[in-house]
Amino acid sequence: METLAMHISNGIINGPVAGVFAAVALAALTFCVLRGRRDLDDRLAPMAGLVAAFIFAVQMLNFPIFTAGVSGHLLGGALAALLVGPWVGALCVSVVLIVQALVFGDGGVAMLGLNITNMALLGTAAAYLLIAGLLRVLPRTPTGLAVTAFVSALVSVVVASQGFVVQYWLGGTTDLGGNLAGLAGTMAGVHLLIGIGEGLITATTVATVAKVRPDLVYALRALKPATAPAPVPAVGGVR
Amino acid sequence: MRKRSWGFVAAGLLVALLLAGVVSNYASSHPDGLDSSLLKGCTVNADDEITGGSCPAQRARDHELADSPLADYGIRGVDNGFLSTGLSGVVGVLLTFAVGGGLFWLLRRRPADTPGPDGRPAGHDDDRQPAGTVG
Repeated sequence: METLAMHISNGIINGPVAGVFAAVALAALTFCVLRGRRDLDDRLAPMAGLVAAFIFAVQMLNFPIFTAGVSGHLLGGALAALLVGPWVGALCVSVVLIVQALVFGDGGVAMLGLNITNMALLGTAAAYLLIAGLLRVLPRTPTGLAVTAFVSALVSVVVASQGFVVQYWLGGTTDLGGNLAGLAGTMAGVHLLIGIGEGLITATTVATVAKVRPDLVYALRALKPATAPAPVPAVGGVR
Repeated sequence: MRKRSWGFVAAGLLVALLLAGVVSNYASSHPDGLDSSLLKGCTVNADDEITGGSCPAQRARDHELADSPLADYGIRGVDNGFLSTGLSGVVGVLLTFAVGGGLFWLLRRRPADTPGPDGRPAGHDDDRQPAGTVG
């Protein structure tokens, strides 16, 4: 088998831009550690380790997306945000990307900041904003949760793909002859299809966890509907 | 009453090991969404190597750790492709769990960090969780 690269390889984005995004990612991850510690207790910590390991496993499972010769794989931001929250979730995806870059030769080490920004930060943030909104308006049923998971996962993949387009605009190494919109369109189209797969995997996984151990689904704990024990105003969702 | 999550975590880990260790061999080997988008404009041969044209992927360089024993999700020295991919997946899942789980376990709030309901620290005994300190 030839190379099995799934993330941005070395040389695609120039060094200075990659360096800037490494700094951005480092700062954001530090913030995630500080905020995530509030969520991390004896129950969430092992669960977060599992989520990272599970995302690593499922990222290996490239699935066909029914356009010739193209595959897709899970990014995991929405799955992590649903199960362990946005802050710890972003850390989970980052751990996966770091292990892949440092041990499996997937995603350039110099490109790690770019990959973390797109998949761990942008993907998870977009997913959790949607999760927080959808879980409030949709009924608290298994279907409501599955729809939330599907939609947030799908959108998060497209958002992450456009993060790459911005990075390429800033520091792409090959002149596209002004056709950045072409790259944006190609990336969005392909990742819309990949997003369907991401949505199905995320919805299936979260629905399964919610059925077996609903108390282990962060989003269901943190985003209480109006019947929360303390009459907190409805804005306290993102903790 | 809080339930412990270790049983669930063990079961989940088993699922992840099966996915990475066995199912991974049935994954599509086509380039993924990013790779295929970056190849647009170039012509490629059967091995997805660029043979001509102009596309974002043409300036790609080798990975810093392309010689890693686990590079490209295989184990160097294991000739059986099924075994090589599967074992690398198993190693990856265990490694990710160890790194992630270890990091999160170290970062977690100890019971002593947050005073118990009666105002005094709840102590270090991991098995004694005061009810009501959820999240």
